[in-house]
Amino acid sequence: MTEPSALVSSEVQPTGDAAGDVGEARSLWSDAWRAMRRNPMFWISSLMILVFLLMAIWPGLFTNTDPAHAILERSREKPNANAWFGRNIQGYDIYARCVYGARASILVGLLTTIAVVTLGSAIGVFAGYKGGITDTLLSRLGDVFFAIPLLLGSIIVLVSLPRSSNYWFIILKVVLALTVLGWPSIARLMRSSVIQVKPNDYVQAARALGASPWRVIRSHILPNALAPVIVVSTINLGGYIAAEATLSFLGIGLQPPAISWGIDISAAIVGLRTTPHMLIFPSLFLSLAVLAFIMLGDVVRDALDPKNR
Amino acid sequence: MGTYIIRRVLQMIPVLLGATFLIFTMVFALPGDPTAGKCGERPCPAAYVAKYRAEHNLDDPLPLQYVKYLGVWPTSNLEAGKEGETHFNGLLQGNFGTNYNGYEVKQDLIQRYPITAKLAIVAIVFEIIIGIAAGVLTGVRKGGFLDNLVLVSTLVVISIPIFVIGALAQYFLGVKAGLFPVTVSAKATWYELLMPGMVLGALSVAYVSRLTRTNLVENLRADYVRTAIAKGLTKRRAVSVHALRNSLIPVVTFVGYDFGGLLGGAIVTERIFNIQGVGGYIYRGILNRDGVAVVGAVTMLVLVYLVVNLIVDLLYGVLDPRISHD
Repeated sequence: MTEPSALVSSEVQPTGDAAGDVGEARSLWSDAWRAMRRNPMFWISSLMILVFLLMAIWPGLFTNTDPAHAILERSREKPNANAWFGRNIQGYDIYARCVYGARASILVGLLTTIAVVTLGSAIGVFAGYKGGITDTLLSRLGDVFFAIPLLLGSIIVLVSLPRSSNYWFIILKVVLALTVLGWPSIARLMRSSVIQVKPNDYVQAARALGASPWRVIRSHILPNALAPVIVVSTINLGGYIAAEATLSFLGIGLQPPAISWGIDISAAIVGLRTTPHMLIFPSLFLSLAVLAFIMLGDVVRDALDPKNR
Repeated sequence: MGTYIIRRVLQMIPVLLGATFLIFTMVFALPGDPTAGKCGERPCPAAYVAKYRAEHNLDDPLPLQYVKYLGVWPTSNLEAGKEGETHFNGLLQGNFGTNYNGYEVKQDLIQRYPITAKLAIVAIVFEIIIGIAAGVLTGVRKGGFLDNLVLVSTLVVISIPIFVIGALAQYFLGVKAGLFPVTVSAKATWYELLMPGMVLGALSVAYVSRLTRTNLVENLRADYVRTAIAKGLTKRRAVSVHALRNSLIPVVTFVGYDFGGLLGGAIVTERIFNIQGVGGYIYRGILNRDGVAVVGAVTMLVLVYLVVNLIVDLLYGVLDPRISHD
């Protein structure tokens, strides 16, 4: 996700020239940006995420080969000059499949994160701000969803939704399943941030001056609660990508002819002993995508944590 | 302590009821006929469908079906000679119902839960021993070679999905090196479950070691550790008794919370290693739309998860005496 860096850079630009000016007031984000800028891990993970995003949007940039063009006589071909990563059981070009497979994973990862953050934040802020019986009810509701393991719950949700072979429908189904089970973690985080911020004098002052609840939430509570939510959801994004692949592996997420790393890995496991390249390349792409988001989340967390300076 | 436990157990009840109702609704509210496909290629005879629907209270509204399933609402007695009477017959009476193959779900669960429990125990022991050891070794010498090595390798492990780790371990450690049995027999001995357990716990080992390291590094800078060293304790004692004990609280929290993840991951691990546990049972139940089996198994699973988290909360008091449950 490039969101945090974009957010940070836009805030930092005006003060960029005045680096080294001791008396300058620096915000949390410009401090974090200074720390991240010096961290090579930040640049590596951002670059990897950029490449995967490009792959998801314009796979044609990376390959001219049609990923659905099967040459059965070359089934299980080892890597060579024609097909850099070799061919799989169906005779598909594995490199093209890896490039085109990025779209499903990135889509599921981004859409689930957006949905979980929106739903979780809304519920968390509402519960924390209202307090009392609303808070108790919403928190217990979160506990109910939290008690069901993510993978298990999403399998049940996916199976109970109507079947379809439409690509977008299945992607949205997976997103919905992961969101239904994933929102309580963000809601808890948001709720505790709100409860921490709410008794502060500046919030009381804003309310005394007649600010509407929406204004208090937007200009006082959200900016304070944003940092942990960004860190956790960046790391979770990697987890959602892995979960999508696991569901496809179990035969419940995307189905062929859709192209996804999980489907290709699942199909390649039978050939592990004779043609390991069929397994290694899609797994490598999947792991690198998960790794990039987890690394970025780590870097942002370290940068935002004042104890590390 | 006693009142705390009672309060927590009482709080568990609505969560347990809510979670099982959620699963029950999702499984039984599925569109489509639950008897479809039960009689092979032909549609089922009308008499059989009627009996099935009566047995599972399928003609009642959903909330009523649920309370009848729980056994807090009387259902009509279908035994010969007792028609027309009602009795309580549900989870509370120990009746989990029968699955699609006509077997008692309770018997299935009694047979399969110990296997998954063994698998989870192997995974947890593995993640606690290796994870904490790696965390301590790296936390004590922050920034050293070993520290960086463990940090990088945990990142790698975190990013590889469990089904790839499982397949690779099975091939390289099982088939090629011959170190472990490749698949698990119906008996599921501890030895056979060693490799699957390590695969299942691999991801958590990475998290446990990073969590231990972060907290240990933080606590080593705390005043009470400096005091401990100043009063003449050896570094080993200051780390292992004073700093580590405090650093373990978030780790224990994670292990308890992660228990649910392990049970979910068991679905994948049991599939790869052919383990006849509850994960595979639930998975097959979901695919075959065997609602009775799924709801029974998941209810037990959620219960175990909640109990484990209660135990974790009680452990806080042991690790940090400042946290009192009175």
